[in-house]
Amino acid sequence: MEIEDISTTTAPEIDQETADAIAIDERSKGDFKYPEDHKYDAGVGLNEDTIRYISKVKKEKDWILEFRLKALEVFFKKEMPTNWATEDLNNIEFDKIRYYLANGQRPTRSWDEVPDDIKETFERLGIPEQERAFLAGVEAQFDSEAAYSNVKEDLEKEGVIFVNSTEGLREHEEIFRPYFGKVIPTGDNKFSALNSAVFSGGSFIYIPKGVKVKQPLQAYFRINSENFGQFERTLIIADEGSEVMYMEGCTAPKFETATLHSAVVELVALKGAKIQYVTVQNWSSNVFNLVTKRGMAHEDAEIRWIDCNIGSRLTMKYPGVVMKGERARGEVVSIALANDGQHQDTGAKMIHAADNTTSNVVSKSISVGKGISTYRGQVHIPKHLKGCKNNTECDALLINANSQTDTYPAITVRGNQHVTQHEASVSQVSQEMLFYMQQRGLSETQAMSLAVNGFVNDLVSEFPMEYSVELKRLIDLEMEGSVG
Amino acid sequence: MQTLEMPSITSQEPLKLADAPEWFQTLQNLAWETYQNTPAPTRKKETWRFGDLKQLNLDNFIPASEIDAGDIELELNGLEEASAQFIFANDATVHAESDLPEGVICLPLEDALQEHSTLIHQHLLKQEVKLGSEKYAALHAANLSNGLFVYVPKGVEIEKPIEAYHIVAGDNATIFPHTLIITEDNAKVSVVDYFISAKTGQQTNTSEVCYADDADETHLVLAMNDLVAANGSQLNYVTVQNLNLTSKVIQIGSTTVDRDARAKSFVLNVGASWARNESYSTLAGNGAHSDMLSLNIPTGEQQYDQRTFQHHAAPHTYSDLLYKNALYGKAKTTFSGLIAVDEGAHYTDAYQTCRNLLMEDTTEANSMPGLQINADQVKCSHGSTASAISDEEIFYLQARGIQPKAARQLIARGFCVQVIERLENEQLQNLVLNYLDEKFSSIS
Repeated sequence: MEIEDISTTTAPEIDQETADAIAIDERSKGDFKYPEDHKYDAGVGLNEDTIRYISKVKKEKDWILEFRLKALEVFFKKEMPTNWATEDLNNIEFDKIRYYLANGQRPTRSWDEVPDDIKETFERLGIPEQERAFLAGVEAQFDSEAAYSNVKEDLEKEGVIFVNSTEGLREHEEIFRPYFGKVIPTGDNKFSALNSAVFSGGSFIYIPKGVKVKQPLQAYFRINSENFGQFERTLIIADEGSEVMYMEGCTAPKFETATLHSAVVELVALKGAKIQYVTVQNWSSNVFNLVTKRGMAHEDAEIRWIDCNIGSRLTMKYPGVVMKGERARGEVVSIALANDGQHQDTGAKMIHAADNTTSNVVSKSISVGKGISTYRGQVHIPKHLKGCKNNTECDALLINANSQTDTYPAITVRGNQHVTQHEASVSQVSQEMLFYMQQRGLSETQAMSLAVNGFVNDLVSEFPMEYSVELKRLIDLEMEGSVG
Repeated sequence: MQTLEMPSITSQEPLKLADAPEWFQTLQNLAWETYQNTPAPTRKKETWRFGDLKQLNLDNFIPASEIDAGDIELELNGLEEASAQFIFANDATVHAESDLPEGVICLPLEDALQEHSTLIHQHLLKQEVKLGSEKYAALHAANLSNGLFVYVPKGVEIEKPIEAYHIVAGDNATIFPHTLIITEDNAKVSVVDYFISAKTGQQTNTSEVCYADDADETHLVLAMNDLVAANGSQLNYVTVQNLNLTSKVIQIGSTTVDRDARAKSFVLNVGASWARNESYSTLAGNGAHSDMLSLNIPTGEQQYDQRTFQHHAAPHTYSDLLYKNALYGKAKTTFSGLIAVDEGAHYTDAYQTCRNLLMEDTTEANSMPGLQINADQVKCSHGSTASAISDEEIFYLQARGIQPKAARQLIARGFCVQVIERLENEQLQNLVLNYLDEKFSSIS
């Protein structure tokens, strides 16, 4: 009894028993699937016909088809980046992946119209209730296409556009086309080329001048089918002086074979605009998560990537900000947790392209068991600029003796009117710390969880409330069985 | 004066050393094969990221020809007191003088190969080159003919440092100096290598020769060093690179530090148009300690490209790296360092710091400080900074009556001295300070 009391004081929001109950529920939360029933299936493997099929099903304009075909060529030509990245990439079998699956659903605005099994999927994940509670708009993607898409009426009246990629390019070509593929060109890397060839789903968002969206917009990505590759494409344009927060979450059931998720996310913050992009990635541990994310910040604009990677087999993701206008600001806040069999290869790219731009990168990673976490960063300050500042901090925590962590930053500074600093540290939870907490009645596992949560605490608070609670829970979960 | 058309070092199989031991001849034959079969680095190589691949076109360079020692006009700027002094001109021994305790072997490598073949065989080129210049290490090995060999037996401590000048002269001349230092259990030694350009004295010269402004001949130095510190020994190794401003150097170093031993390597770059340093330090035994230090003051168009590796192969080991660059003019530096802690190398402390002081707006500093940790109970950190002297600092000194120009110099010097202090040896510190001040006096 006494012991329980103490544990409640150390983790005040939830008592241990409840936490355990939730934890068990949480662990299996994403691990279910419904039988597949697809009206449209681009088959297995990738060639020109796959692309034509996808484009036809989507009734796309010719320029999009051309864009896709050109991208396919680039994809075939580009080599795997294994000269610097992990050899595990060679285990992706592009010939065995299914690139497009949909059952012909059109995204509906009401949960009632969503097909039952898909609705149940998202209900089990708690999406509709979250929407009611605190979201301004939701899009839910099931395999290749969105099943549900809704944005609150008052925002719509103000001119906010929140649609999927197909609709965005069809209905609002004049807004989205000028920026589409401009922040991340097709040839940026092999996987951005792949995405450009076969993209489907994702969110296209436009926030008009001066509109400040108070509540976050959310997208939820779900992979339901085995051997499936999900390639959503997101483009967010925040017009002058506007503000928006966008959150994405993702899950997939545990299949026997590897699944590929390769997204491209482009953000454009025009003069004085602010975009925050929050990701909580909890793919199952057989997903290759290879994502290209980059934002373009104009004068006085601010782009923040808040990124948390807990799931997947291999994640390679380096959110970037190109600070194109004076006084633009870029920030990446990143938490990664790598457990047995996982490799979280994350980082940040900060490209300073105007005077007085500032960027900040804070990354914390935790390696548990045989997990590998890697930080890769790039900071680039070219000639003829002045007053640019960068601060990079990366801290790594190793839990077990066989855990691994790597850090590979690259910093280029030209000219002498800038300040950059980079710091990294690697440490453990010390025996003394654990002993101290155990003395006060915590079990070893509880003590470890508490220490790890303490390590990431200042970053967790950057996430919106609902996410930070879930994050803490996920971290507790992953830590289970890691000691002793 | 080159009278004959000489074959390039990249195409002509090098001449063999007369009477070299058989194992050495085999090694050189194999190295030449390796050189020919190894592709040149490409842009995709991580070890050449930010590197200048154009510098690797070595087709114009020829083996340095024998020169008459009397022809070299050179003022040697070295230690106040050395326990041994060697001068090599174009890889030929022109001066050897030593006053060393009994049992110590300190010889030009060409002589040592005859007299101590087995000992050299055990240690020469035993460490694999991994930091990018595999091809050029092979070229070095194929052409290797001389250098410095130092062997300090158990328990012998040599207080005064040993120094060796490696002088290169003649247009497009290349030298391949090799330094092999072995300290047995609890032994102690300090060694200084100088890489210096000289003129063959045919041209009419004024009194001041051999300094950086006297740059009409292009030289190439492909140098390597093997440092082996056995249990409990102390090994200090300093490189002073002061080639002329049209020359290039690739220096590849490897250090192996055994149980409770302490190795310290220091590289000073003030000369050359392009210098590439690769330093690999292996902490092989419990309690091993390695300091890796470097000070670089590139000016004008000089480019320094440095790659380091701190390899912790045993538990309870300590390594500390400090590289500082003060950049002037259009100088460019690249630093890429990696700390790797092997599985099982627990209780490791590893630190890595690279600091860039940008003295002018046209400079460029690249840093890639990296960590690879596979073990538990590890304390590791790395830091990299790049910045200019702030106006406040200048103002502070101006308020005390110091002119802005002098203030900047003062701060830059202070920045550099921090690394020099880490040498913890007055003689070596003074030596490096002399070169530092000479370089600073050339910056107007």
